[in-house]
Amino acid sequence: MRGRHKRLVIVAVGVALLAAAVGLILSAFRENLVFFITPSEVAAGKAQVGQFFRVGGLVERGSLRREEDGVTVYFRITDTVHGLTVVYRGALPDLFAEGQGAVAEGVLRADGVMEAKRVLAKHDETYMPPEAAAAVEQAKRAAQSMKE
Amino acid sequence: MRKHPIASVEERAGSRGGIWRFASPPEFFRLCGMLAPWFAGGGLVLGIAGLYGAFFVAPPDFRQGEVYRIIYIHVPAAWMSMIIYLAMAFWGVVGLVLNTRVSFVLAHALAPTGALWCFVALWSGALWGKPTWGTYWAWDARMTSQLLLLFLYLGYMALVRAIDEPRRADRAGALVAIVGAVNVPIIYFSVQWWNTLHQGASVSLTKAPAMATVMVVILLVMTLAVWFYSIAVALWRARALLLQRERGSVWAQEAARRSLFKTPMRSTTRE
Repeated sequence: MRGRHKRLVIVAVGVALLAAAVGLILSAFRENLVFFITPSEVAAGKAQVGQFFRVGGLVERGSLRREEDGVTVYFRITDTVHGLTVVYRGALPDLFAEGQGAVAEGVLRADGVMEAKRVLAKHDETYMPPEAAAAVEQAKRAAQSMKE
Repeated sequence: MRKHPIASVEERAGSRGGIWRFASPPEFFRLCGMLAPWFAGGGLVLGIAGLYGAFFVAPPDFRQGEVYRIIYIHVPAAWMSMIIYLAMAFWGVVGLVLNTRVSFVLAHALAPTGALWCFVALWSGALWGKPTWGTYWAWDARMTSQLLLLFLYLGYMALVRAIDEPRRADRAGALVAIVGAVNVPIIYFSVQWWNTLHQGASVSLTKAPAMATVMVVILLVMTLAVWFYSIAVALWRARALLLQRERGSVWAQEAARRSLFKTPMRSTTRE
C-alpha cells in the first residue's frame, strides 16, 4: 500500500470511529439535550413540584386571560393531547399569541399550575408577505365553509 | 523517504498537468491572485443587489413585520460558517493524505473568515431573538452547538499560531478541523433531533422552501454574495500566508518584490 493510501485509510477510519463515538454520546444524552418538555410529559410526571423546568407547545386558543392587576396572565400550553396551565407576571413577547408556539420556564406548583418566571415566544419557519397570509387564511375559510 | 518530508505530489507538481499543478506553491499563488479579484467584484455586485433586495424589494413578514429582514444576513452567515468549517476539514484531510502544504495553507486562510461568519450568525441571531422570542440567548441545542463552532474556530486559530514549526502546526490544525467537523451536522440537524427554541430550516435541499419566492431569491443572492466574499478573502489570505511561509524561496522573494514596487504579476515574461 502506498503512503498516501495508507494515510487516507487511517484518516477515514479515524473519522468513522469519531462519528460513531459522538453518535453514541448524543443518543445517550438525548433526554438532556431538549430545551423544553411537552405538556404530555408533564402529565406523565416528568416535572416534579417545586422543580425548575421548561414546557413548550402551542398557546391554547381561548385560554389567555388577564387578571385585573393587568400584569398577571393565565394561559394553557398544549400539545393537543395534554395541556398545562401557566401563570405569569410580566410582559409577554411581541409574538406571543393564542394558537402560536411558546416556551414557559418556571416551577410546578402543588396544584398542578406552572408558575412561570419567563415566557418565550416560538415561531415557525414560514415567512410570507401579509397579503399572502391573508389569501391563505381566506382559502382555508372557504374550504371550511365548503365542508359545512 | 524520511529525509524528504514533503512527499512526491508537490515535487512532481510542476511536471503534472491538470489540478495537480496547483499543489505547487508558486502556481497556486498565481492562481489565487488571478481568481480573487473576480470573486471580490462578484461579491460586491451580489452584495449590493442582495442588500437592496433585502431592504427595499422583499415584503414584510405576515407575523414578524420588518424585523424578519435579519434573516438575509443571519442565514447566509450561519450557512457559510458551517460550510467553511467543512471546507477546512476537507483541506485538512487532503493535506494529511497527500502531504500538500498548499492544502493546509488554504485551511488556515479560511479559518478567520469562518469565525467571522460564525460570530455574525450568533450576533444577528441574538438581535433577532430579542424582539421575536423575547430573549437574546437560550441554551438550546442549535445555539449551543453554533457557539461551540465559534470556539472551534478560535481554538483552531490559536493552536495553529501557538506551534512554531509549520509542519506540526498544519497537522495539529487539520486534526482539530476534522474532529470539530462532527459538530457541523449536529448544528444543522439539532432543530430536528431535539426540542429547540430555534425554528426549523425554511430553505433546504430536501423540501420546498417555507418562504415566499421573492424572499427565497433574495436570500440566495445574499448567500452567493457571502460565498464570493469568503472565497476572495480566503484566496488573498492564502497568498499572504504562502509568501510568508516560502519567504526563503526565490519565487516568493520575487513575488514580494513585485508587489512592493506595484509591478503586475503578468510581467514575468518581460525579463
